[in-house]
Amino acid sequence: MSLLRRRKPINESSDSKPLLEKEEEQHHQEDHDEDDNDDGNGKNKKTPSKIRKERGEKPPSPPPPPPQSKWSCLDTCCWFIGCICITWWLLLFLYNAMPASFPQYVTEAITGPLPDPPGVKLKKEGLEAKHPVVFVPGIVTGGLELWEGRECAEGLFRKRLWGGTFGEVYKRPLCWLEHMSLDNETGLDPCGIRVRPVSGLVAADYFAPGYFVWAVLIANLARIGYEEKNMYMAAYDWRLSFQNTEVRDQTLSRIKSNIELLVATNGGRKVVAIPHSMGVLYFLHFMKWVEAPAPMGGGGGPDWCSKHIKAVVNIGGPFLGVPKAIAGLFSAEAKDIAVARALAPGFLDNDIFQFQTLQHMMRMSRTWDSTMSMIPRGGDTIWGGLDWSPEEGYSCSKKREQKNDTQITDQAGAENAVCKARSVNYGRMISFGKDVAEAPSSEIERIDFRGAIKGHSAANTTCRDVWTEYHDMGFAGIKAVAEYKTYTAESIVDLLHFIAPKMMARGTAHFSYGIAENLDDPKYKHYKYWSNPLETTLPNAPDMEIFSLYGVGLPTERAYVYKLSPHAECSIPFKIDTSADDEDTCLRDGVYSVDGDETVPVLSAGFMCAKGWRGKTRFNPSGIRTYVREYNHSPPANLLEGRGTLSGAHVDIMGNFALIEDVIRIAAGASGEELGGDQVHSDIFNWSEKIKLQLDDDTPAHSSR
Amino acid sequence: MASILRFRKLYYVEQAVKCSSVGFESLDQSPKIDQKLDKKEEDVISANNLALGINKRKRAKEWRCIDSCCWIIGCLCTTWLLLLLLCHCWPVTLLRVPELPGPGARLKREGLTALHPVVLVPGIVTGGLELWEGKPCADGLFRKRLWGGSFTEIFKRPLCLLEHLSLHYETGLDPPGIRLRAVPGMVAADYFAPGYFVWAVLIENLAKIGYEGKNLHMAAYDWRLSFQNTEIRDHALTRLKTKIELMYITNGYKKVVVVPHSMGVIYFLHFLKWVETPPPIGGSGGPGWCAKHIKAIMNIGPAFLGVPKAVSILFSAEGKDASYLRAMAPGVFDSEILGLQTFEHVLRMSRTWDSIVSLLPKGGDTIWGNMDWSPEEGHVCDFSKKSHSQTSLSDNNVNNSDVKRGFRVKDLAKYGRIISFGKAASVLHSSKLPTVDSKEFSRTSASLNFNISCGDIWTEYDEMSRQSIQNVAADKAYTSTALIDLLRLVAPKMMRRAEAHFSHGIADNLDDPKYNHYKYWSNPLETKLPDAPDMEIYCLYGVGLPTERSYVYKLSPSSRCKSIPYKIDSSISGEENSCLRGGVYFADGDESVPVLSAGFMCAKGWRGRTRFNPSGIATYIREYRHKPPTSLLEGRGIESGSHVDIMGNSALIEDILCVAAGATGYEIGGDRIHSDILRMSERINLPL
Repeated sequence: MSLLRRRKPINESSDSKPLLEKEEEQHHQEDHDEDDNDDGNGKNKKTPSKIRKERGEKPPSPPPPPPQSKWSCLDTCCWFIGCICITWWLLLFLYNAMPASFPQYVTEAITGPLPDPPGVKLKKEGLEAKHPVVFVPGIVTGGLELWEGRECAEGLFRKRLWGGTFGEVYKRPLCWLEHMSLDNETGLDPCGIRVRPVSGLVAADYFAPGYFVWAVLIANLARIGYEEKNMYMAAYDWRLSFQNTEVRDQTLSRIKSNIELLVATNGGRKVVAIPHSMGVLYFLHFMKWVEAPAPMGGGGGPDWCSKHIKAVVNIGGPFLGVPKAIAGLFSAEAKDIAVARALAPGFLDNDIFQFQTLQHMMRMSRTWDSTMSMIPRGGDTIWGGLDWSPEEGYSCSKKREQKNDTQITDQAGAENAVCKARSVNYGRMISFGKDVAEAPSSEIERIDFRGAIKGHSAANTTCRDVWTEYHDMGFAGIKAVAEYKTYTAESIVDLLHFIAPKMMARGTAHFSYGIAENLDDPKYKHYKYWSNPLETTLPNAPDMEIFSLYGVGLPTERAYVYKLSPHAECSIPFKIDTSADDEDTCLRDGVYSVDGDETVPVLSAGFMCAKGWRGKTRFNPSGIRTYVREYNHSPPANLLEGRGTLSGAHVDIMGNFALIEDVIRIAAGASGEELGGDQVHSDIFNWSEKIKLQLDDDTPAHSSR
Repeated sequence: MASILRFRKLYYVEQAVKCSSVGFESLDQSPKIDQKLDKKEEDVISANNLALGINKRKRAKEWRCIDSCCWIIGCLCTTWLLLLLLCHCWPVTLLRVPELPGPGARLKREGLTALHPVVLVPGIVTGGLELWEGKPCADGLFRKRLWGGSFTEIFKRPLCLLEHLSLHYETGLDPPGIRLRAVPGMVAADYFAPGYFVWAVLIENLAKIGYEGKNLHMAAYDWRLSFQNTEIRDHALTRLKTKIELMYITNGYKKVVVVPHSMGVIYFLHFLKWVETPPPIGGSGGPGWCAKHIKAIMNIGPAFLGVPKAVSILFSAEGKDASYLRAMAPGVFDSEILGLQTFEHVLRMSRTWDSIVSLLPKGGDTIWGNMDWSPEEGHVCDFSKKSHSQTSLSDNNVNNSDVKRGFRVKDLAKYGRIISFGKAASVLHSSKLPTVDSKEFSRTSASLNFNISCGDIWTEYDEMSRQSIQNVAADKAYTSTALIDLLRLVAPKMMRRAEAHFSHGIADNLDDPKYNHYKYWSNPLETKLPDAPDMEIYCLYGVGLPTERSYVYKLSPSSRCKSIPYKIDSSISGEENSCLRGGVYFADGDESVPVLSAGFMCAKGWRGRTRFNPSGIATYIREYRHKPPTSLLEGRGIESGSHVDIMGNSALIEDILCVAAGATGYEIGGDRIHSDILRMSERINLPL
C-alpha cells in the first residue's frame, strides 16, 4: 500500500508518454523511484536543518544518502502490521460493542425468522421441569484433567488434557501421549500418573470451545426450569472399562448415590437417564451393576431400577457395537484418516509426533479398554455371514437422490433394491482386496490364520520405543492374517485375539461379544456380560421405558477393504485400501457404508428397541416398552446455522430440535405413547426381521447361519 | 490491487490526451527523437513534479502522522509478538524461580498418603455464581459466571448485573424470572478471579499426597442465601449430607475431615445441627451422624462470633478500603461508574443478601464489650512498625513493648462501641454520653414525614425521615447489642426477613425447646455441639494484621434522594500508636476477622466440657503470624496470615494435610498461640 501510494506521483509524471514505450518507461520508473526516495530523504533531513537554521547554526554539509531501501522495507512491514493491528482492534471493539442480538438479527434477515428453540416453544406450551435428568456422556466427548503427572507435565495440574483447546497436544505431544495412555497390563493408571474425569455439567457440555455436545440440550432444559439440582452429568473416565471406573473412582457408586439423591430431593419423581453413544452401554452396565449384590455390584436390590428410573433415552446408542471400532483397533484409522492419508501420504507418518503418528495413536488407544466395548457384538447372527447380511439390498444411491429430490426417493429406492443383482456383502467386515469383498464365498480360498506361527519379530529393535503388538507378530503372522482373506463379525474377534493377544486378554476380562443361549446360566452374573444387551436381561421394571433416538440418512462405515501396507517395518502392517471405489456398491475409498448417523449403523442403534427388546422377550422379561425414534438428517442450509438444527450426525444430533423436543417432553412427564410411538425413516424393521435371533425363553437353540 | 491498476490505466489515458502536443508527433520516429523525447519528458516530469510538489508535500504531512502511528504500533506489536513467542519457547524450568518444594511434596516424601476424605466449604463472596435464567438484558450469559471469574460483565452492563445478583427483598430468595446458582464442583472456589487463588493451593497440595475427585469435595452453595434457604431452594445441605455419606462409604469407611473457611464455618455449624435434626426441618441423620461421619473440622479464619465489618457494610456499604477510596477520590463513587451512586447500589444489593446478617457480631455486650469495657482492652496497635520493620527483631520485642506501652498509652480504644458518631463519642466515658434508649427506636415519627419525592424506594433509608436520621446520629455510641436495635431501626424489613434465619444472642438455657429452631443453629452461643466425643475442632487463623473492630461515623452532608445518610469519618485518625485510623479502630486479627471472633469458641467457649460442648469435643487453636511476602516474586506469600491469603500459608497447609492423613490435634502440636486470645477470653464473663 505504502509503496503504491508513493508511486502515484511518479506514474503521473512518467505516464505522460505513449503506451508503446513501456519498457523505457519502466526504466524511468525505477530511476524515479530512487529519485523519489532521495526526495523523501531530503525532506526528512530538511526538518533538522531548518531547526538548526532557526538556532542560527550553520547547516552541516549535505549528508550522504543513507541506505534507505533497507529501512523502508522494515518500516513498511511495521507500518503494515500496525495497520492490521489497528483494524483488528477496531473490529474487536466493534464486535464487543455490538449488541448481543445482532448476529441473530442478521441470520433472521437472511434466512427468515428462526423457529423458537424447543425449550422456549415448550415453555409457552406450559411444560415444566418434572423428572430429574441424568446425562451419561459417551466416549471421547468427556473432559479429562490431570491430578498427578510426570515432570514433563508440570503446570498442568487440574488442567484439561482431553477436551478444551488441546493446546498441550501441540506443545508437548509425547508427554501428552504418555499421560493419556493407561497401563498396558492392568488397564488402569500407569505409575505416577493420575488423569481423572472432569466432573459436573462442564465435563461434556462443550468438547472444544464452540463445539457443543450437551450444551444445547442443557440450555433448552434450563428454559423449562431445569438447573443444577435436577440435572446431573454422570461423567466417568471413558478410557477405562466400565467395571474399572467403579474399581478406581467408584463412579458407579457415585451415580447411584446421585440418582438416589435426585429422586429424594425432587419429591420422589423418578429419573430420566439420557445416555449418548458409549454412555448407552455404560448405563446398561450400570443398571445391571446397581441391582447386583454387594461385592461385585451396587447392592441396590432387585427393584432399584423400577424405583428410580422412569425412562432411558438412548441417543445414538451403539448397542451392538460399531464397525468403526474394528478399523480403529486394527489399523488406527477410520474413513477420515484413511482419506487424509491418501491425500497426503507420509504426512501423518512423519510430522506431528516427529515419527509415526498413527502408531502412537494406536499404542495409546489400545491401552483404553473402552474401545473394546464397541467391537461388534452378536457375531454373524447379527452382522451377517460371508454371503448374507441384514442390510442386504440397501442402496447407497438413495442417499444421493435424497439431496436432489426427496419425493421420488422412495420409488427409486425400491426400484434400485429390486433391480440390483449385485448386492454388497456387508457381512465381510474386513476383506483383503476389493475382489475378495465382491466374490461369492465359494470362490474365496481361505487359509486359517488361527494356528499360524507368528515367527520371530524382525522389527523390534529398530522401531524406537513405539510399541504396538504388531511388532511381536513377525512377517509370517502378518501374512497369515492377509491370507485368511475375509473376516466376518465373529472371526474378527478371533483376528483381534491373534494380532493383539495382550490387549484382548485385558479386554475380554471386561467385555463379551457373544449371544447368550441360556440367560439363566449363572456365568452371566459376571460383570463382563453386563454391557452386552445380548447377554443380559433388562431389569425387572415394567413401568420403565426405553427409547432409542438416532439419526439416519448419512453414510456410515460398515465394512472395509484392506491391503497390506507396503513398508512393513516399524509401521502398522495393514491399511485401508483407499483406491477401492465402486459406484454401485457403496464402496468408497475402501469403505462400504450403510445407513446410519455417520458413526453408528442403524442396525446397531435400532435393533434392540425394534426387535430384541420389543414386547416380552428373553432379554426383556418384564416387558419394558421400547420406542424407536429416528431423525432424518438434513444438512444445515447455510453456514450461519453452524452445525444445523436438523442434523442427524452422531454428535450434532444433540442439537437437533426435534430430538431435543422429544427429550424435553419425556423429562416433563410424557410417555412414549404420548410422544407418538415409533418414528421410523430407515428399513430397520425389515432388517430386524431378517435377523434370526431367538427371542423366546423355551427352546434354547442357537441360530446362526 | 485491481482498483489501483485501474487508476493507473486512467492516468495513461488522461496523460496521453494532455501531452499529445509533446508526444504524439514523435510516435513513429527514429531513436534520435526518442532521446529528444526523453529530454522533453524529463522537462515534463520536472514540471509535473513542481506542480505536484506542494500537493505531495501536503499529502505527505497528512500521512506522516497516521503513518508513524501505524509504524509505532506495528513495532510494538511485532516486539510483543516476538517476546510472546520467546516466552512460549522458553523452557519452563528456566523461567521459574527454583521454588522450595511445597508442603504437599515434602510430606509425600515423608510418607503421608491420602487417608480421610476431605470436604471443603467455601466462605462468603469467594464462591462463583452462574446464571441459569435471566432478564433479556443478560442475554447470552447462560451458564456464564456472573460472580467470580473475570467480572467483565460488571463493566459492560453494571445495572443488569446488580439486578441479577440481588435477591428478593421480602423473601430473600430468587426474584421472579431470575435464577442465579452456585457453580458446582472444585472450580466453584479454587480461583476467585484469574490468578487470585482461594482454594487452589490447598487443593494442589492435597493432590500431591493422593487426593482426587473421589475423596475431595467442594461443598459449593449459594452464599447469598440464608443457610436454611440453601436447603429449601437448592437442597444444598441434603447434597452435602449424601456426598459425605458417599465418600465415607467409598473410601473404606474413613471419616471425613471438613475444612470450612470464613462464613463456611458457621454454615457448617448449621449443617451439624441440621443433619441430626429430624425432618421436616432437619436432615434426619439421627443423633450419631456426626460422630459416625466426621473426624475433624478444621475451621480456617472462622467467623464464629461475627465480624464487625459486616456492620459497616450493612450500615453504609463501606469497609475500611472503600472509605479510604472515598476519601481519596470523593465523588467518583457517587457519580460515575454505575451512572450514579455506586455505594447506594451496593448497599441496596447487599441488603438483599441474608448471609451478611449471619456475620453480624454475636453474643452482644458480653462478648464484644460494652460502653466502657472490651475484652481487647489494652491492645497496642504498633502495626505500622511491626509489619514493616524487621520481623525477627520485633518478634523478640513484642512482649516487652506490649507491656510497656500498655501502661503508657492512656486513651485506650473503647472497642465496645462498635459504632460511634463523632470521635468524642468514641472516647468519652459512658457517663458523659447521652444514654441510648431502645424506646427511642420507634419509627412513629419516621412514618409521618415519609419522603415521597424520591420516587421508588431503594434502600430503607429512603423511608426514614430526616429527623430520625439525625436522632440516630446525635452523638451516640452503639455497642453490639444496641447495634442490632439500630439496624432494626434503619432497615426494619431486612432485619425482619433475616432474623427469621439468624439470631445473635446468648442462650441462657440451652435446653429450652425454642433452640430447636433453625435460626439458632449457626450461632455457636445458642447451640450445643453434636454428641461426638471423638471429633476434633480446630481454629486456624492468621494474626498480626490490623483488623476492623469499631467505627467512627458521621452524617453524610449530601441530602440527595436515595443517598446513604451515614458514612465513616475517614478524617479521624489518632496519634501514631493509637488504633484509630481513618475512622476505624483496629484490633488484632487477620484483616477481616478479629482474633476474638475466630478464637474465642476454641479457646474458651468449647474448651473442655462446657454447656455448649456437652460431649467434650477436643478443640485446638492454631495461629499463624502474618509475614508479608519478602519479594514480589512470591506473590501473595507462603507465610501470609490475612483472611484469604492464609489459604496459601505453608504451615496451615501442612497442618491440614497431616490431619487429613490421619494425625490428631495432639500429634500436630496442640495449641499454637501468638495473640492474646487466652487473656481476652479470660476477661469475657460467660457462664459455661
